[in-house]
Amino acid sequence: MKSNNNTLLIEDERVDGSDKVTGKAKYAAEHSLPNMAYAVFVTSTIAKGNIKTLDTSKALASPGVLDVIYYANCPAVPGYASNAADRPKNVSEWRGYKVLYDNKVRFFGQPIALVVADSFENANAAVRLVKAEYEIEKFETNFDKARLDPTLLKSPVNYKRGTEKKFKEAASFVEAEYNIPIEVHNAMELFATIAFWEGEDRVTLYDKTQGPKSTQSTVVRTFGLTDKNVRVITENVGGAFGSGLRTWANVPAACIAAKKLNRPVKLVLTRPQMFTLVGYRPQSWQKVGIGADASGNFMGISHEAISNCARYEDFREGIVEASKFLYACENVDTKHSILPLDMSSPIWMRGPGEATGCFALESAIDELAYKLNMDPVQLRIKNFTAINPDNKLPFSDINIKDCYAYGMEKIGWKNRPMVPGSLKENGMLIGYGMSVGVFGAGKGTASVRIVLSNDGKLILECAVSDMGPGTMTSMTKIAAEAMQMPMQKIKFKLGDSDLPPGPSQGGSGTTSTVGSAVDMACKTVQLKLKELAIQFAPAFTGMTADALEVKNEMVVAKANAAIKIEVPSLLKLANQDKIDLTITSSGKTAEQLKYTSNSFSAHFVKLAVNPKDGTIKVLNVVTTGDAGKIVSPKTARSQMLGGVVGGIGMALTEKVEMDHTTGQIINASFGGYHVPLHSQIPNTEVYFVNKPDPHVNDIGSKGIGEIALIGFAGAIANAVYNATGKRVRDLPITPDKLGYKIVKA
Amino acid sequence: MNPCNSYKSRRGFLKKSASIAALYLAPATLVKTFAIDRVVPLPIAKEKLTITINGKLMNLEIDARTTLLNLLREDLAYTGTKKGCEMGQCGACTIHINGKRTKSCIQLALSNQNNKITTIEGLSDGTELHPMQAAFLKNDAFQCGYCTSGQIMSAVTCVREGNAKTRKSIQAYMDTNICRCGAYQNIVDAIEEVAKSGAKI
Repeated sequence: MKSNNNTLLIEDERVDGSDKVTGKAKYAAEHSLPNMAYAVFVTSTIAKGNIKTLDTSKALASPGVLDVIYYANCPAVPGYASNAADRPKNVSEWRGYKVLYDNKVRFFGQPIALVVADSFENANAAVRLVKAEYEIEKFETNFDKARLDPTLLKSPVNYKRGTEKKFKEAASFVEAEYNIPIEVHNAMELFATIAFWEGEDRVTLYDKTQGPKSTQSTVVRTFGLTDKNVRVITENVGGAFGSGLRTWANVPAACIAAKKLNRPVKLVLTRPQMFTLVGYRPQSWQKVGIGADASGNFMGISHEAISNCARYEDFREGIVEASKFLYACENVDTKHSILPLDMSSPIWMRGPGEATGCFALESAIDELAYKLNMDPVQLRIKNFTAINPDNKLPFSDINIKDCYAYGMEKIGWKNRPMVPGSLKENGMLIGYGMSVGVFGAGKGTASVRIVLSNDGKLILECAVSDMGPGTMTSMTKIAAEAMQMPMQKIKFKLGDSDLPPGPSQGGSGTTSTVGSAVDMACKTVQLKLKELAIQFAPAFTGMTADALEVKNEMVVAKANAAIKIEVPSLLKLANQDKIDLTITSSGKTAEQLKYTSNSFSAHFVKLAVNPKDGTIKVLNVVTTGDAGKIVSPKTARSQMLGGVVGGIGMALTEKVEMDHTTGQIINASFGGYHVPLHSQIPNTEVYFVNKPDPHVNDIGSKGIGEIALIGFAGAIANAVYNATGKRVRDLPITPDKLGYKIVKA
Repeated sequence: MNPCNSYKSRRGFLKKSASIAALYLAPATLVKTFAIDRVVPLPIAKEKLTITINGKLMNLEIDARTTLLNLLREDLAYTGTKKGCEMGQCGACTIHINGKRTKSCIQLALSNQNNKITTIEGLSDGTELHPMQAAFLKNDAFQCGYCTSGQIMSAVTCVREGNAKTRKSIQAYMDTNICRCGAYQNIVDAIEEVAKSGAKI
């Protein structure tokens, strides 16, 4: 189907956009196989203990139920063996809790059985018929209470540069504690797996994952299979935000059921299960201290953090990292401990630890600016550094000051009152705030297959996924630019582990890593074309490849544009149907490693606080990114807009509420856990510096998925302070924290 | 209690699917025979439903407990309508029932006797995009695309019902549809554009 009045795809639109607006794009749960059965998890109703008895008889007698799989009848899974001697050589032990394996309960909502039936209705009806009796053990889910007991903290990681706690000797200093609750990714698509054993040792999965290769590898190592016999297909991912960076219990459970029943099995999580089974942003406590001399130079930064993990496995993310290098400061000390609780495992959530850390750091800098009576932007500029003070390497590129200038101009920073609570518009308290975000710009290894056919079409393949940023579009653009040919003739294939290996989509690394491989593949093909021209096209005889260029689907002599040959003609002349190559682009070069690479963002916010009830309305946002060359301006802008929405959620609405008497989440739905809605979103302007980073990779591009969100909650908190004079350090910022009482109507 | 089946050899797990290996390479008739051979408990009684979906009149026999969403997605392969919460909270499953937008996850299919359903697949004639689909594409009003069908179905009635006069009224009407990627601003841009164009939708 084509766009109205357009026979050709408009270059600006997503190459897969038409499928998404027509409902044709298929997500994991939307595949159907003959004789497919439906599986639904039965989950625990205690937080910790043992299952004494599990009565499945009523469920088994229920219409259409094929099996109820649990610890007593679960087939042996090679990777479930704890003892290395019991595991074949190519098998590694499953990380995390082993679903359907034993009678232990480690968190409230843990799967304890899997009902499989011939229809979704029959499976769902039988779930409530499974009865468990438990031996309950003492548990702890209360982070705020447990973190006060130092004996419960685990694995502190300490960092020290210069003199510890130096900030306290400075002319001005601030020190305060910050709390962020558990937040849940809550992508719109529910996690789903369809498992289908095509043979004794051959399985195909339709699965929601950010990494087809990573899920493939986990299945291979868990079930003792080979790469070529495990295929993971994930054509479209309905959002994930980090939650799809790991293979969760739904994958082995679906594999086990499909194997046991000898038929394809579809397992889809429910929305409440999305709160407990696929990770979350861990709860955190932070204490940040910053001191500055009278003119604002940072003398010392201290950043301490505690974040939760599950009792059964550790998890730590980069909460204190930005404090080590974002600003010039000789004396920095950080400490990060983890706190095991009887809950499921957290995982990176958009902007991961940096979003948590930058909320505290950027709030503290704002607070310090008031103490110094300085503009907070000027204070940041004062402490700007072009050299990473941690590893002492120069930033490959840093244009954050351009971001400041643009943001200040567009938000109307000159109207920001220096005295908090002093500006009113239409009876509302008005505040301005800003903050900075930073994230590493890595470049990993990726392989790309490139096929140029003699009909002029170019196909590129890589086993990466696209959870929404528009990877298929940006890779097509990179190829179009490298090949100097129209996007319409290029197809980028992804989302299938059978394609050449690519990274998981995460950590803002896809464009840099896969984009570099696409660029390299195109350049390799161009060289090949030049060589063919010299060898087979008489007009080019005796020329060198350096003297030729490939553009507009032709090989052309640089010195004389009249000497040219069209690519399809050249391939026919060379008697080749196609050029078909697979290349691998590995990490950074020695030259690139002389620099440290990061993406940066600065967020500017204007908001209104209603003085009558403390409700907050974000009025305007200007969000700016310094991430090298922007490959696909339209989709990049959308990512930044999405970061603002996520940031508003983190700052103002999102919080998991626990009942610590039972250890369960009590708001596990969109009715209880509030994500931002249409009417909460202000007019947002996006700006990119859009200048190629000369040292990060050959394409000069860095990631933006994380920096879109990192720091944003700080800008809101700082604007709330500017509006009201109340410093809120506990997210989300709700009217009660501004001193307003909740009055029942 | 000891975990079940402490693992000794991977053959134990793998050998179970030997018989199925041939099954999926087999012609459809053989698959059918195999299914009948299995001992499957009797399903509960089916109910009759007459319903029109995207202009197609259908006479169906369905499980009385089936939601309209599951009927569309699981039984009829209209997977353009999405499942996001099954509680009527997210809007991903929004469809039109007799022209009114409705969340199909909290509708029993059987309560739609003789109703006319329009899903995202039925919005255009299949040759050209519906103006709202085209506007979503042009304004990049989505990222992952999962909430998009529901957003578009709500967006169409937003304009039809005269709720697209201001950005504020569009936002209020569209608050029923969550977009976790955060494409809200572009969605409102798309709706505003269609409303202002005066296109018949």
